[in-house]
Amino acid sequence: MTELFEVPLLALLGQLLLGLVNGSFYALLSLGLAVIFGMLNIINFAHGAFYMLGAFAAWMLLSTFGVGYFGALVLAPILVGSLGILVERLLLKRLYRLDPLYGLLLTFGLALILEGLFRDWFGVSGETYEVPEALEGAINLGFMVLPKYRVWVVGFSILVCLATWLIIEKTRLGSYLRAATENPQLTQAFGVNVPLMVMMTYGFGVGLAALAGVMAAPIFQVSPLMGSNLIIVVFAVVVIGGMGSILGAIVSGLSLGLVEGLAKVYWPEASATVVFVIMAIVLILRPAGLLGKEQ
Amino acid sequence: MRRLAVLLALAAAVLAPAVLYPVLLMKVLCFALFASAFNLLLGYTGLLSFGHAAFFGGAAYVTGYLIREWSWGPLPGVLAGAAAAGLLGWVVGRLAIRRQGIYFAMITLALAQMLYFVCIELPQTGGEDGLQGIPRGTLAGLDLSHDLLLYYLILAVCVLAFALIYRTIHSPFGQVLKAIRENEARAVSLGYDVARYKLLAFVLSATLSGLAGALKVLVFKFATLTDVHWHMSGEVVLMTILGGIGTVAGPIVGSAFIVTLEDQLADKVGSLVTVIMGGIFVLCVLLFRRGIVGEAAAFGQRLLGSRNSPDI
Repeated sequence: MTELFEVPLLALLGQLLLGLVNGSFYALLSLGLAVIFGMLNIINFAHGAFYMLGAFAAWMLLSTFGVGYFGALVLAPILVGSLGILVERLLLKRLYRLDPLYGLLLTFGLALILEGLFRDWFGVSGETYEVPEALEGAINLGFMVLPKYRVWVVGFSILVCLATWLIIEKTRLGSYLRAATENPQLTQAFGVNVPLMVMMTYGFGVGLAALAGVMAAPIFQVSPLMGSNLIIVVFAVVVIGGMGSILGAIVSGLSLGLVEGLAKVYWPEASATVVFVIMAIVLILRPAGLLGKEQ
Repeated sequence: MRRLAVLLALAAAVLAPAVLYPVLLMKVLCFALFASAFNLLLGYTGLLSFGHAAFFGGAAYVTGYLIREWSWGPLPGVLAGAAAAGLLGWVVGRLAIRRQGIYFAMITLALAQMLYFVCIELPQTGGEDGLQGIPRGTLAGLDLSHDLLLYYLILAVCVLAFALIYRTIHSPFGQVLKAIRENEARAVSLGYDVARYKLLAFVLSATLSGLAGALKVLVFKFATLTDVHWHMSGEVVLMTILGGIGTVAGPIVGSAFIVTLEDQLADKVGSLVTVIMGGIFVLCVLLFRRGIVGEAAAFGQRLLGSRNSPDI
């Protein structure tokens, strides 16, 4: 058996894949946070709750309406994203002229409401969601066995992240978006409907969180508190990548997932804290984040 | 006028155990101190820390461990807990004040969450169970297991701490903090070492939050993961906003309100308590950002037609 620093290579590769899976969720969530922050200047504390809603939406679609995994992959983000749009129109809109911290506090209150409601309805134990049939089983590479579903999660997440990045950086719509981020008043004066873009951006970011939730459903338990601690790690990921940097969010999300996977092999006790330690080091060396710009 | 109000409040606090359950009152006092310490940072320096549970809960663990495992007395135990929180505040503060506004909030939150995970892993903190059965001990021959006795002791400590916070706010140091809150760039250009002032305010706030957490251990005889979880950080933010940011009385009123509400609702609605807290949060942010005390002061001002802003 091949070994690397006294750890069997296969165990190491397995943990790395698991790390990449977690990293995909970090990337999707921090990407949504970064997109929302760029446009609304608000840290969406309810992001973890929307991720949880995505998983529950998938579970309910299956158990109540018989809609399968791939249907949920499309429908759940649309449903949860629409809820996000409602939140933006009814609540967040009233705070744009105030200190951005109020946005953080409002979404914190929302997160408490959503998590509390679901805990009241479903308890803390959670529901199970089976891996879809098409993605069951594993691919045998000869030297190691890859569970199909995990490979799918990593691949599809990276695809979604890259597509989002391309839309923002390369298309006309994306250029409006970047202009509105840079200077909303001027962009509005050029005839771009900025409030509509703000609304759609929030809906899109929330939809990404819900998408991550659907993909997480077969791996973790679908439970009311699944987003509660995850969101704090994602905040750290966003600080490391550099707030508002799209590429920073994707790259740091994936790589921190890998680092966590490595930590699980070599120093399991530290695996929960390693991301925060890296955040502290990045703050000392590069306060603006790895790919962030100094203001 | 103000002196009269303080005297009345003190008299009410001394007489309160005659009608109300002392343990509930002690809980209110601990959280009032916690929220007041937090307000020193949010209300008077303009820094929103979302990680104050680390100081509250961290001190609770230190005090609990020293008293239970090393048989320390209650007084040195509490003081050591507060000192540990101050030290932790210095480390967290050094890192967090590198960024402002929203980043500051996220960094404090993340560092506090790190402590939460450390508390799950460490053998000394008892993992999921936390530290249970911490004795209250005796102080100067007095047996603190009597609720009433402990209540008056905690009341005395809290009154001293409130006086310290009041003095800090109204000292030249407090004036500089307010200047930083209003316009940081101007404070820098006036020659103030803003980073040092912020750090000092942060350490003071962390130490007093730790004092609150340490006292809480004496009251309830346990320290658990709830004390260091980010929900606790959110709760202290809620108490401060509900009472009134940047008012001396606000955090006390806000914490009394929230603690009583939680106590009344706990066995009636179960996990819906979180939903109600979240609802209050949303309402406060959307409708009354000045909080109970702030709104009352504004109302009184309109009534009297006075132009001087009241200092309460």
